[in-house]
Amino acid sequence: MDTMRDRFAPVVSRLLDEDPRVAVVLAEIGADGFREAGRRHPDRVINVGIREQLMVGAAAGLALTGLRPVVHTFASFLVERPFEQVKLDLGHQNAGAVLVSAAASFDWPAGGYTHMAPGDVSLLDTLDGWTVHVPGHPDEAETLLRHAVAAGDEKVYVRLSVQANRRGRAVDGERVRTVREGRSGVVVAVGPALDAVLDATEGLDLTVLYATTVRPFDTAGLRRATEAAGTDVVLVEPYLAGTSTRVVSDALTDVPHRVLALGVTRPELRRYGTIEDHVTAHGLDAGSLRARIGGFLGREAAGTART
Amino acid sequence: MTIATDDSRTHGYADLPRLMGMMTGDEKHGPAATSTLDVLWVLYDRVLRVTPERTRDPARDRFLLSKGHGPMAYYAVLAAKGFVPVGWLPGFGSYDSPLGHHPDRVLVPGAEIGSGSLGHGLPIAVGTALGLRAQGLHEPAVWVLTGDAELDEGSNHEAIAFAGPAGLERLHTVVVDNSSARHALPGGIAARFEAAGWHAVTVDGRDHEALYAAFTAPHPGRPLVVVARVEPKNA
Repeated sequence: MDTMRDRFAPVVSRLLDEDPRVAVVLAEIGADGFREAGRRHPDRVINVGIREQLMVGAAAGLALTGLRPVVHTFASFLVERPFEQVKLDLGHQNAGAVLVSAAASFDWPAGGYTHMAPGDVSLLDTLDGWTVHVPGHPDEAETLLRHAVAAGDEKVYVRLSVQANRRGRAVDGERVRTVREGRSGVVVAVGPALDAVLDATEGLDLTVLYATTVRPFDTAGLRRATEAAGTDVVLVEPYLAGTSTRVVSDALTDVPHRVLALGVTRPELRRYGTIEDHVTAHGLDAGSLRARIGGFLGREAAGTART
Repeated sequence: MTIATDDSRTHGYADLPRLMGMMTGDEKHGPAATSTLDVLWVLYDRVLRVTPERTRDPARDRFLLSKGHGPMAYYAVLAAKGFVPVGWLPGFGSYDSPLGHHPDRVLVPGAEIGSGSLGHGLPIAVGTALGLRAQGLHEPAVWVLTGDAELDEGSNHEAIAFAGPAGLERLHTVVVDNSSARHALPGGIAARFEAAGWHAVTVDGRDHEALYAAFTAPHPGRPLVVVARVEPKNA
């Protein structure tokens, strides 16, 4: 299967052809994919070199002239390194952009911690007005990239990963999807975490919601799910554990509820190896998830799920 | 917001001290405010093709005040040229005033960017010049004003190093040099820009004719930097 990032340059190259407002801003990483588009649109495919502060600042300048910048590099260099530019040059200036990251939390484990960004969504959560898409499949990535670019002058983050589910699902850029219905709790699986969640909860009497747009979070969808399945909620996120605890709590603020937040753990592992090694180390493989979700929900969940 | 306005007359350079005096200043920002005064006046009076009626015109010249500290001179010039009502000036820094100790583009008519954190204007100006070029708008000029100490911030150097080789000839930087950088060598500012392919001119930042000549110097195929030297901040 191709990766989400394999789709990125072809999709955005087509958008460059279709929409004269679209411009791409890169800092070397990902530049090869835009070589051909750059020949067709030399003024709208911009590679600033290894300069991430300039990459985001220049994107803001492009937006202030009316263009729709699409900015891409690894998450650590897109959100973390130039964070003040994200906060001020985009947010404070009222300038929109589409930030598209690669490498996610640990897509390149052998590359080590410098290329891991489990905190990217949490960081963006300190700012106002960001839409955050976390596709779980290359097809979904394509759909959500198009949504992001078409979103006027909004600030949108699209988090691409080589981790993906076996098949794509219809996503609309707003709402959670109900993948499985049960009566003993709600599990919210975000993006690439879905397959492991489905495997982990097989045969349990749980509702599984699939979220690919996590900001703004579909609180109405979550509330609807809790009406039948109760207000024990498990979050399984492919980035820092607990990132979305606040939005779940806000959604259920008027009813008693419990939340188990699973995701990438905070301590630095200082391990290389494979993605599977890291999924396991963070307790995000199906076996670990089943044990942790079962422990949280107790016996009620052990009934039969209605699929 | 109810603020009395005094827009019935035009203002000249001689009115600027009075306009600045209408703002109750932050002492820390006081000296910095005047270092930019002559540069700002010559730009808005003789160089920039922008008026209060054209603040949304895609073909206008853009002026980005990157050094947002000490904006009294900037507000005084914007008021003198009719971008903001003179009646706003006495409220400077108050809760109901659009005029803060660092400007906010969302609140101040004619302000192209909000600034305050140093080192943001030049990268945004680079993107503005790129965006205008990409839309076939080859006439509008993009100007950015920085301080000499502001150039300590590394983000400026990302922009300087990119803009020269990219041939952004509609990009112009004025560095108001009041010798406030902690670690600097004589001539270092112009040399830094020149090494990146900019056309550099160094002038007396109080001499209006010299500033005008520098601002209008031809620089085909290259961005322009004008180093405007004023009296040292700590003299």
